[in-house]
Order: sequence, then structure tokens, then C-alpha cells
Amino acid sequence: MYDDIRLAERTDTMTDVKIAARNVNVHYGDNHAIKDVSVDIGDRAVTSFIGPSGCGKSTFLRCINRMNDTIDICRVTGDIELNGQDINDKSVDPVQLRAKVGMVFQKPNPFPKSIYDNIAYGPRIHGLARNKAELDEIVEKSLRRGAIWDEVKDRLNAPGTGLSGGQQQRLCIARAIATEPEVLLMDEPCSALDPIATAKVEELIDELRQNFSVVIVTHSMQQAARVSQRTAFFHLGHMVEFGETGQIFTNPQDERTESYITGRIG
Amino acid sequence: MTDLTQARSLTELDPRTKKRNAAEKRFRAYGVSAIAIGVVFLVILLWNIISAGLPAYTQTSLKLDVALTQEEVDKAESAVVKTTRYRKMIEAAMVAALQDQGIENPFSKSRDLVRMLSTGAPATLRDAVLADPSLVGQTSQFEFFMSSRADGYMKGRVTREDLARDKNLTPLHLDVIDRLVDAGMVERGFNWNFIFGVDASEARPEQAGMGASILGSFYMMMVVLMAAVPIGVATAIYLEEFAPQNWFTDLIEINISNLAAVPSIVFGILGIAAFIQFGGGVMGIAGFKQSVPLVGGLVLSLMTLPTIIIATRASLKAVPPSIRDAALGLGASKTQAVFHHVLPLALPGILTGTIIGLAQALGETAPLLLIGMIGLVATSYPEGFVSGFTEPNSAMPAQIYQWATRADPAFYERAWGGIIILLVFLLSMNIIAIILRRRFERRW
Repeated sequence: MYDDIRLAERTDTMTDVKIAARNVNVHYGDNHAIKDVSVDIGDRAVTSFIGPSGCGKSTFLRCINRMNDTIDICRVTGDIELNGQDINDKSVDPVQLRAKVGMVFQKPNPFPKSIYDNIAYGPRIHGLARNKAELDEIVEKSLRRGAIWDEVKDRLNAPGTGLSGGQQQRLCIARAIATEPEVLLMDEPCSALDPIATAKVEELIDELRQNFSVVIVTHSMQQAARVSQRTAFFHLGHMVEFGETGQIFTNPQDERTESYITGRIG
Repeated sequence: MTDLTQARSLTELDPRTKKRNAAEKRFRAYGVSAIAIGVVFLVILLWNIISAGLPAYTQTSLKLDVALTQEEVDKAESAVVKTTRYRKMIEAAMVAALQDQGIENPFSKSRDLVRMLSTGAPATLRDAVLADPSLVGQTSQFEFFMSSRADGYMKGRVTREDLARDKNLTPLHLDVIDRLVDAGMVERGFNWNFIFGVDASEARPEQAGMGASILGSFYMMMVVLMAAVPIGVATAIYLEEFAPQNWFTDLIEINISNLAAVPSIVFGILGIAAFIQFGGGVMGIAGFKQSVPLVGGLVLSLMTLPTIIIATRASLKAVPPSIRDAALGLGASKTQAVFHHVLPLALPGILTGTIIGLAQALGETAPLLLIGMIGLVATSYPEGFVSGFTEPNSAMPAQIYQWATRADPAFYERAWGGIIILLVFLLSMNIIAIILRRRFERRW
């Protein structure tokens, strides 16, 4: 049914495991939000998380860069390894982890500063540039990789908040990749965008795959089908099924996955 | 078919709509009348303040040529009460002036004649001589303040009937004053002394000014700025951004909200106990004495803290969480996220809250009553900038309160005049708050 032309030519090219999660459980107070989720996320590939609202896919995404640490009542158990290192280990500083695992949020959230400062903020706090020239270079490179350079190169000092929604989101993506992360987490990055802006962001995600391991949470099954190599289906806190995107959409193994992608639940 | 589904004319109002429209009109009328009442009271208030206070800004004075001889001045300076001799010089000069102008002097004693001048006039003359010794040996013109009643006569406050039983001035004085006005010797001019001068004793309302107490208020605001603002903002940032959510922080929160509603006089008592009795008495900290702006400022700081904390927390809360997420997601630490992104966005709100807190502190009288900044006659400026913090002084509202309690109507006039100065200060602080808010406000 999702006979997207790219689905057919898509093969599971995953060789290296970037992130390995084992038996992850998340509690919000008394609410058991994520139940025993285990998943392997490949390097230089796009992995998408789909599922109905409240199924825990965003919560799980936020475990990967420990953004859940900022919520007082949230408790995470289980193992998540990045390059074989446990990210929840006591010796791991979440600040350092987040420099390696960048995040793009649902609503575009540029800082109310200039476009230049938006991009330069990450490199500045992590000391990635030794001087102004290097910083300029990083900013330009990031904006180019964020596929927004041509639109903003003449107004780098204009406020980032003055851009359109789609441009803002690409600015946020550029900002996230400016710190040279290894993994890029995207939490419904296109939910606030129109179809044209969405298409641009999707194209960008496909390009980012060359350099990053991308994890994207999406409500749109078409989007998951279009951009990802592997797809995980979440339902009521469980990870129901995880596999090659083509296989999930054409030949789901679990009854619930089939119900969801055919529109019977969710 | 029921009535409900029947077709109705669009132009004909049904009873329900009529009722609804009437209710809406009524409500608007209530609103307009409430505003109108408010405006009327405001106009009455301002009219009262301005009409009663403006006369304080002018003062009648007498231009008099006084001959100063070395012999007289030496005699005066060697006397125990030095101003007596100077008064005699003024008396002589006045008698001579009346003769020159051909004005009949109805008083046999020249001492009675000079009652129309301020009792501070001899001191004014002496100060002039001490400031400029070259005046000795020649005749020069001096301006002396008229007494408060003579001044009141010029302003229309005092009439001849009022003086029938007055011991200070008689209608005969007024006759002389009328002639002096004709001769151009008595004039009413702008009273700079009221703004820059210091308070005077009860007998000399014409010499009383707000200057020292404006400075006292200024010192206290400096203390509040240095004590309450950093502590308040730091507390709010910690509670809002870093503190764990538990029963203890909840308790602190409730207490801060309650503190904002504690009557200010309670803070005054706390000030006596904590700063003057314990800090100055038991611990022996220099400068923690009665009536000093340092202690007054600390008491006002305590009072202002809850306002600043609450305003700062509210403006921190108003910063969208997406900005914090964005910074944290980039690998900024919590502190970096707060200081680089949240705080700049909350700044306009923090500034407004701070200035409103300061304005509240500026107008506060009750706690100052308890720490002795009222009842003190602030008759001199502090000697140096730093020592101003620890020299006894008054404050604007305290000075106004004090004048309002004194018997002479001239002081009453000054109390109103002082209120104008206080209001001007408050108004400018609020305008600054608005300007800062406009300037720093950024949309996201």
C-alpha cells in the first residue's frame, strides 16, 4: 500500500550499531511510560519511531540524550549504549553527551538572537572555534548542510525568529549539526510545517544520513516511509515491532502494527 | 413545527437577544462609570496636591543693604551667642532702609520690626560673612527670607484678621510689607532652598527644605539596590530553575508569598531587633545605629525582597520552555542555559519588578518610624559620600510625615510640596520601568 518508489530499492544497509538500548523503562511518577524497550540504532542511517499519540516514542527519544534528566519526576532504568559506552553511567556528564547527540524539537525554537548567533552558540560553548574566522566557517558550513545558506547568507545578523516556520526548523537543524554531533534526534520535526517546507526538511534528513545517525519521531507514516531505513512501531509504551522500513510497511509481523498502518487503531 | 424552527425575521430582535444586548450595554456602562469615578478622584487628588503644594516652591524674601564694619563683626564673633549681634546689624540696616524709602516705622523697638524676617536671617548673614570675609568693611545687598507669616501674607494664606491674636506679627507689620513691596524690596521668587535645603526647626518653616531627606532616600535606594536586587534575583533563579520540587521548597514558596503581604511596620520591628539591637548592639557592627540610611535601606530591602522574588519568578516562568530545551539540547549546562538564554529574556520583567519594588520602598514610611528616621531633624548634609550611609538622616516620606505633624500652617504647605517631589520621583521611576521594558522586550 505504501508503494513509495524508494521503498523497493531500500535495503537494510545497517552495519554498525551506533546506539544500543536494552530493557529501557521510563516512569513518570506512577505512570509507566516506556516498558522494556530494546532497540539498535544504526550508524549513518535514518531510524524512525512511529506510533499513536502518547505511545512513548518521544519519551524514548529523550532518553537517548538524557533530556529526561531535566524532568524531576522522570526515572529511567535499563541500558543505553552509545558507541558501546553506557550513557546513564554516573561518570557520564549529560552536557557532554548532548554535544554528541544533538536534538531538533517539534516546534522550531530558534533563540531570539541573530541567525549567526543561533548557529555559533553551540560551537562557542564547546570551544570548537579558535577564532572568528573559524567560527564563520563553521556557521557557513552548518547553514549549508542545513540547506538554508542560500536563503539567509545575506542577512546573518537578522533575528532567527523572523524566518518562516520551515526556515526556522532548518535553522534549528543547522544549529544542532554545528556542534558536530554523532547522532541527531528529531522529535516530529515537520509537525508544524507545511508540505513544501516538510519536503525540504525531508530532503535534508536524507542528506544528513551521509554523516550522522538520525533518529526521527513522526506521526506521519508516509514520512517514515519516505525518509527512514529502519522503523520502530511503538504502542502503549511497548516497542511492538522494529525492522527494515520496507518490511514494516509492506509485511508487518505484528497484528497491532498492521492495524496501525492500515488506520484501524491510533 | 415548533416555534424554534419557524423562520424569523433577521431585523426583528427576539426577547432573548434583546435581553442579552441590554445586559451587555449595562456591563459596559458599569465599566465606563467605574473608570469615570477613578478619573474624577485622581483629578481631585492631583488638584489638591498641586494647589496646596505649589506655594511651597516660592518664597518671599527681603533685599536689604547691610553695612558690615570690622569692629561690629569682631564683636559679634567674640560673643557667646554670635547671631545676636548680627541681628542688631540687620535691625539697624532695616531702620535705615525704611528711612531711605520714606516709609514710616510704626515700631519703637527695632527688634519688633525685624519680626517680619525669618529668625534664621542673622545666621544667613553670618554664614555669608564667614564664606566671604571681603564683605566686611563695605555695604552690600543681602536677601533674607521673610518669616513664614509674612510669606503667608504674600501668598494670601494669612490675612489681617488672622493676625489679631498672633504674637509674632501684627497688622502694622503688614502695612510696612505693603510699602516695601511698592518699593521693590520684597519679592516672591522660586524657592530653590525648598528642593536643595535641609530641614529646619519648628520656628523656621520658611527655611525648611527636602534636600537632606532626598539624599537620605537616595542612600536607602542604593542599599536596596545593592542588597535586595542581587539576593532577590538569585533566590528567584535558584527556586525557579535549579531547586528540586519537594516539601521544603514548597514551604519556602508559600512563605515568600506570605511575606509580601506582611505589614511593613513588622519589618520595622525586625529592623530594630536584627540590625540595631543585635547587629549594632550585641555584635557591635559600626554603622548599625538608629536613624542611619544603611539600616533604613536594609529594612526596606527585607520588605522589597518578596516583591522582587515574585516578579522575577513570574518573568522566568514566562520564558517558553522550548528555549531551555534548545539550549540544553545543544549541550549547554543548566547554568549556561539560564544565564545565556532564559535570563536575558526575563530581564524586562525582572527590571520592571525591581523598579516597582524600589518605588514601593521609596514611599514607605512605617518601618522608618521604628528605626528612628522620623523625629529626627535632618539639619545637615552628610560630610562625605560614603559617610552618608552611616550619618543620621531622614527620608522623603518621613520628612513629609514630620512636617504634616507640625503646628505651623507653613509646614503643612511644605508637606504638600514634599509630596509633589515624592510623586515626581515615583513617576520617573515608573517611566524608567516602562522605557526599559519597551527597550529590552523581545519576542520569541
